[in-house]
Amino acid sequence: MTRARYFIGRVLRAWLTVAFVATFVFGIVHFLPGDPVDVILGDQATAEDREALRHALHLDESLPRQFGRFVSSIFDGTLGTSFRRHPETVAELIADAMQPTILLALSSLALAWAIALPLGVLAAESRGGPGDRIAMFFAALGLAIPNIWLGPLLILVFAVKLGFLPIPGDDASGALGLVLPSITLGTSLAAILTRQIRGSLREVLDQAYVVAARARGVGKLGVLLKHGLPNALLPVLTLGAAQLGALLSGAVVAEKIFERPGLGTLFLEAFFARDLPVVQGCVLVIATIYVSVNLALDLVYGLVDPRAEVS
Amino acid sequence: MRRLARIGRGASFAIVGAFFFAALAGPAFAPDPVGTLHLEFPYEPPSAAFPLGTGDNGIDLYSAILHGARLALVVGVWVVGISLLLGSAIGIAAGYYGGRVDHALMGFADMVQAIPAIVLNIAILAVVASPGLVHLVVALAANGWVVYARVARASTLSLRSSDFVAAARALGFSDARVLSRHVLPNVAGPLVVQATAGFGWTLLAESTLSFLGLGPGKETSWGALLDQGSAVLLRFPHVALVSGGAIALTVLGFNLAGDRLRDLLDPRSRRR
Repeated sequence: MTRARYFIGRVLRAWLTVAFVATFVFGIVHFLPGDPVDVILGDQATAEDREALRHALHLDESLPRQFGRFVSSIFDGTLGTSFRRHPETVAELIADAMQPTILLALSSLALAWAIALPLGVLAAESRGGPGDRIAMFFAALGLAIPNIWLGPLLILVFAVKLGFLPIPGDDASGALGLVLPSITLGTSLAAILTRQIRGSLREVLDQAYVVAARARGVGKLGVLLKHGLPNALLPVLTLGAAQLGALLSGAVVAEKIFERPGLGTLFLEAFFARDLPVVQGCVLVIATIYVSVNLALDLVYGLVDPRAEVS
Repeated sequence: MRRLARIGRGASFAIVGAFFFAALAGPAFAPDPVGTLHLEFPYEPPSAAFPLGTGDNGIDLYSAILHGARLALVVGVWVVGISLLLGSAIGIAAGYYGGRVDHALMGFADMVQAIPAIVLNIAILAVVASPGLVHLVVALAANGWVVYARVARASTLSLRSSDFVAAARALGFSDARVLSRHVLPNVAGPLVVQATAGFGWTLLAESTLSFLGLGPGKETSWGALLDQGSAVLLRFPHVALVSGGAIALTVLGFNLAGDRLRDLLDPRSRRR
């Protein structure tokens, strides 16, 4: 019973969050000072032009009606129509931009885990020894380098000086073109994961059942694979989901540096054109991705570890 | 390695000190005022005349870095100040009153955090025709307060069950008195630590927005300089190296200074 309640409560909260984000985004666009018509047409436009645009964009309707229009555009799956590329719906634009961003995010995530797992294990196993210090040094370094600087540095070293990876603007559609953007995006995540894996694994390795396993004569690797990692990685997985936001934010930066198409590029273009429906839609979709992944991981966590329900 | 860490912590205060000096006094002794161009010397590498070289349209990078420090300081002080006030008020209220108040306030914080930081900042800036300093501060503070609220709530929660707060409440002191005399002074430590690192994160967020071309600091922000530098990266890498280096070093300095402050204020955390 409690388990069912936990799941239902969790799903409801996720829905509530998405509803809140939708309202919030609508509020930002409609209540903050600043008129989209002014922003789009500039201050040279005639009064008739303004009125015409205002009418075309339904901005002359009452706020509740506009909100109703926005909500129904969410439910019919179009998310409204782009100001700039008019007949196209926001959902179509976002759907086109989604695939390269997801590819980039997944490869960054894979890279981050590939670095963080061995480093984190090394740090936890050597506990205060040289391995620990080396791993923590790299983690501190990875956290310290801003991605807006790391990207250009990587291009400078690997694409320009060494010349074995494509320069942005070249044809970078292949897997090679994904390497530098993934490093740019994945480095700070790798650093955070390393710290979390280290902390979590150290805690688990202190547990009585681990001590007992050691006393039974289970080898170091056996302890690690059978008792250490399965128990240590679970919390890291859910904590790591919180980093998804940073990954999505970072995609905006990485796509700009490496001139890649994607959700971030679409979002920035919409910003500069003040294509507010697209801005709105991007925020909503990005937040929904974030909420859904967190929800999914929480639910899986709840299934695997019943103690999660209590907290 | 341990000595290296100690040097690092000492260096952190040196970096933070240098940053404040550059931000406060820098514009006074910068060779060029804001907007000065040496059109005949674009993208010069560092030399005696231009210690850090020149950038787009021959702007002196040394002067630009000093002016950029001032901008970073102004933005940082406002954003961290507003976020700290707002966040600690919300966090302390949530932790102290608990129950529904806690649920509502922290639920709100969760929801704000469901929108990735930069994405929310950009969405807010998108509503204004030409974003200025005030808009930038509002956009950054709009989600900047959440982390302070969490820290304040956690500290308040542990204080609420402590004996001296219970005693103060048992004596019939008003909530206002308990909060201001007993809770706030004890929550202040963790908040100061958070604010120190938070200053670094704010600088990074401001630089990122300027790098993306969204901020008001097109002339002075380090992020905007880095953006210009990235455009000419292949031929004149010094522009991106200098401006990006300034950002990285300052952010690192504030983060390490935050760690060091935590060790000083809370000796228990050092043992971990």
